[in-house]
Amino acid sequence: MQIVRAWAPVAITLAILAVVNVLLPSLNEDYRVHVLLDVGINVMLAVSLNLVNGVTGQFSIGHAGFMALGGYTAAFLSIRLAAYQLHGVPDAVSQGLFLVLALVVGGMVAALAGLIVGLPSLRLRGDYLAIVTLGFGEIIRVLIENTEAVGGARGLSNIPPWAGFFAVYAGVFVTLLCSRRLLASTHGRALLAIREDEVAAEAMGVNTVGYKVRAFVVSAFFAGIAGGLYAHYQTNLAPKSFTFIRSIEIVVMVVLGGMGSISGSVLAAVVLTLAPELLRALDQYRMASYGLMLVLLMLARPSGIFGTREIWELWPLRKKSKPDVDRELARPAGSP
Amino acid sequence: MSEFFQHLVNGLSLGTIYALIALGYTMVYGVLKLINFAHADVFMIGAYTGLFSARAIGGEGEGSYARAGAVLVISMLVSAGLGMLIERLAYRPLRARPRLTALITAIGVSFFLENGAQLLWSPDPRRFPRLFESHTFFLGNTAISSMQIIAFLVAVAMMAGLQYLVFRTRFGLAMRAVSFEPSTAALMGVPVDRTISITFAVGSALAAGAAILFGLQYPRVEPFMGLMLGLKAFVAAVLGGIGNVPGSMVGGLVLGLAEEFVAGYGLSSYRDAVAFAILIAILILRPEGIFGRSVAEKV
Repeated sequence: MQIVRAWAPVAITLAILAVVNVLLPSLNEDYRVHVLLDVGINVMLAVSLNLVNGVTGQFSIGHAGFMALGGYTAAFLSIRLAAYQLHGVPDAVSQGLFLVLALVVGGMVAALAGLIVGLPSLRLRGDYLAIVTLGFGEIIRVLIENTEAVGGARGLSNIPPWAGFFAVYAGVFVTLLCSRRLLASTHGRALLAIREDEVAAEAMGVNTVGYKVRAFVVSAFFAGIAGGLYAHYQTNLAPKSFTFIRSIEIVVMVVLGGMGSISGSVLAAVVLTLAPELLRALDQYRMASYGLMLVLLMLARPSGIFGTREIWELWPLRKKSKPDVDRELARPAGSP
Repeated sequence: MSEFFQHLVNGLSLGTIYALIALGYTMVYGVLKLINFAHADVFMIGAYTGLFSARAIGGEGEGSYARAGAVLVISMLVSAGLGMLIERLAYRPLRARPRLTALITAIGVSFFLENGAQLLWSPDPRRFPRLFESHTFFLGNTAISSMQIIAFLVAVAMMAGLQYLVFRTRFGLAMRAVSFEPSTAALMGVPVDRTISITFAVGSALAAGAAILFGLQYPRVEPFMGLMLGLKAFVAAVLGGIGNVPGSMVGGLVLGLAEEFVAGYGLSSYRDAVAFAILIAILILRPEGIFGRSVAEKV
């Protein structure tokens, strides 16, 4: 019974996704579906970055680099896999398995990069770590630009179009599920402790070094998966889509939604992806307003709109009170 | 061998520009412990100001040293004002907040300036005007332009001026006091707000100076020109020991030379990665930089 109860939500969600997938018009004919998939990818990126920036309080601004690594690795693999076919199973199943394989390998490569980026965080804090993540992101982009095997600066095309609505939103679901479960676990509590006060956490016996690196690895893994999915519905990749600017877009989503709020990140990712699509006239001002938004948010509400709370913990929906961590987050540096 | 000297000359001339920008990072980091991401964009605005003021002062081609000097001064003044404005509006209200807040704000200001400039002046690159006639000299087979020599001399003069300002004047003393311990400095009668404001002004003026010198040698101005240059200059500051004025100068020169030599000897496409590789190496091996002293983290 326990197993049924644990896996029932997963099965139900996947079933719903499958039904919606059938009802949706096919990908290449419908612009709206494409936007929907963009939303999904951004949700995955924002939620995964939130694990590092929001939950652990280690500021990373090179997320696009992990996304690029995952995307390119998965695409490189699946272009080769596309020549084969599993015997005795329908095409769709065989493609699905190949896609999962490519995504997982892409995610692993990104996670490995996350490990490498996470290691300097043993010694660095705050601003320095931010610059190092930025540097790593840029190095990854330069390396991809100089690798002829993945098309260099021209980009990589003819990626098999294996990812549709179902694949992307299954990815979103798994990302959400994992971050939610992680936050509720001992590991998640340790990460929160590091954000609140690293020295105190260390003194309480939390292995801060290990947990910070783990947060980077998990975050990079999901960014890599998101990159892989992105590659398989765009069907082409270019190094210039993974610049510093892309990383900042994701940072804005995390900061706006709330530093540590999963549902906040989701909401911000949805709103910030849809707004420019719905209001075409705004698109011109989008990037400049992102900068202004960061500044105004930090002046008015430094922990983001939802702070560390989840949306269902807010006033009309809240059942029981929770200590106000927002105020704690905003306390002056250096105060005990 | 002549090739080697050519790279040496080019590297030095690029390095002085990095050094000038790095000084701005280092000064602000010294007083506020903040990486002022927007510094690179003050550099960009300085370049645009130079471009527009050169056009306003005189037509294309009829260059003179007086005109170059006027453009330099105007650009430095405008950038100094911008730097003070950014500090007043964005950073001062946050000074008591955690450093992460200030860092995100700095990224926000930078993003706003870059994209605001793109809205105002379009993303297309523009040509920086020739402010004066440049002649090329040959030492053996090594080409050196009078532009490079003048740029180098102006940069050295600016650095010497800064060195004097920081170590020989009352303002410099105040700046060092604030950098050491702001609350005690305030108790001793140092006007902390004004000192920080002037620090931003001086750093921003140096960035504008670097922008004009850069524009003379690489005549291409665009809204995102500060991004990569600023990051490299920051690496230069870290390399030398951030917060350390002479260290930043040396860091800038080392970085400029490293980049020119990597690019010159067949790895030009990895040019942009050199700085970051150096950064990661230095942070892992010697995080306090070449000239920095390691400081224990305050609890």
